[in-house]
Amino acid sequence: MSNIVEQGTAIRSLDRLADMPSRYPLLFLLTASMLWVFLYANLSGLAAAVIAVLPLNQAGHLADSLRFLIYEAPKVLMLLTAVVLVMGMINSWFTPERTRAMLAGRHEGVGNAMAASLGIVTPFCSCSAVPLFIGFVQAGVPLGITFSFLIAAPMVNEVALTLLFALVGWKVALLYLALGLSVAIVAGWVIGKLNMEPYLEDWVREMAKVDPDYKPERLTMSDRLQAGFESVREIVGRVWFYVVIGVAIGAGIHGYVPQDFMAGLMGKESSWWSVPAAILIGVPMYSNAAGIIPIVEALLAKGAALGTVLAFMMSVIALSFPEMVILRKVLKMRLIALFVGVVASGILLVGFVFNAVL
Amino acid sequence: MKNIKVLGTGCASCKNTMQLIQEIAQSKGVDVEIEKIEELREIMAFGVMRTPAVVIDEKVVHAGGVPLRSEVEAWL
Repeated sequence: MSNIVEQGTAIRSLDRLADMPSRYPLLFLLTASMLWVFLYANLSGLAAAVIAVLPLNQAGHLADSLRFLIYEAPKVLMLLTAVVLVMGMINSWFTPERTRAMLAGRHEGVGNAMAASLGIVTPFCSCSAVPLFIGFVQAGVPLGITFSFLIAAPMVNEVALTLLFALVGWKVALLYLALGLSVAIVAGWVIGKLNMEPYLEDWVREMAKVDPDYKPERLTMSDRLQAGFESVREIVGRVWFYVVIGVAIGAGIHGYVPQDFMAGLMGKESSWWSVPAAILIGVPMYSNAAGIIPIVEALLAKGAALGTVLAFMMSVIALSFPEMVILRKVLKMRLIALFVGVVASGILLVGFVFNAVL
Repeated sequence: MKNIKVLGTGCASCKNTMQLIQEIAQSKGVDVEIEKIEELREIMAFGVMRTPAVVIDEKVVHAGGVPLRSEVEAWL
């Protein structure tokens, strides 16, 4: 009897614990971040302890690769979860409707820069790219500015930046941020200057204009925290597998591929065509940032040049064949060709400049 | 009977949304008619910018991402 009562209290207090994020969102965030920091700081020691008890040659390739996997994969996933949670909360301030209202009727130049920056904080999923595109154009956001948003949103996002930061370092992450934004701003600006409106599909141009006004939602702190959980469930739930596979492939390259193997193929000393080749290889590859960055890190460690690797990564994320097929529904061939051409040239420039400067 | 439309161009989330609604309607014994709208022009006519979106009796109740189970339960 007393057992049942005890069970009852235990369940009730568990319930109360589960209620904590919605009742005391700030307290929850504080507790969770303290726990997180503690775990994150001790991760390397924990991993080393696990490896030490395993019956294998501690100095061999297998131990090397395992150490990378047991330490690296949890580290990256923890960092990703934290960043996605925070970004999910920030995203709740920047709905596409609000971004659209901010961009409608903007002038080129400033408008392109704003659009590219808003592309980072506005929640974006590649399957919504086309409805978003039409929604922007309908509300009077200039075409070039819409393109700046559309190029930046998938390419410069929190998942890509977090993974670059965690695996390659903050300098490269910052460079990627700056260069990704520049490519999006300049490419959008060029497309805007060329007056490509006639190359939208006819039905898109004929659609009724929409008033960009919107009524902001009133959200409480716990609603925003809920939105953060939601994006963790959605984004981390979708990409964790790619991260682990990517880290595993990266670990394999680390342990088994000889040092400087990539230097000949993708290194600085290799020929001028390595950057365009990296971009061409990247286009048909359809992966998200999560899958590609662990591989990028391993390539860099084996002597591939930074410019070539960054160009490869941008091309994989920003120029994808399936996306073009979807865009074909709203853009005529000429505008798609221009879009691909302009973005590819931007990426090419990034690759060459990097290889030359660094 | 409720008329429910799921708007989306056919990505995985759209299919999951459709399944979720079907499953919950069935378990609650609610009589619904679910349509899938994949044509872009029709989707845009509802004025949504994020897919999947859910329309119940011609009113947009949700846009962007798979809805939560509790949300779907509240609609039905």
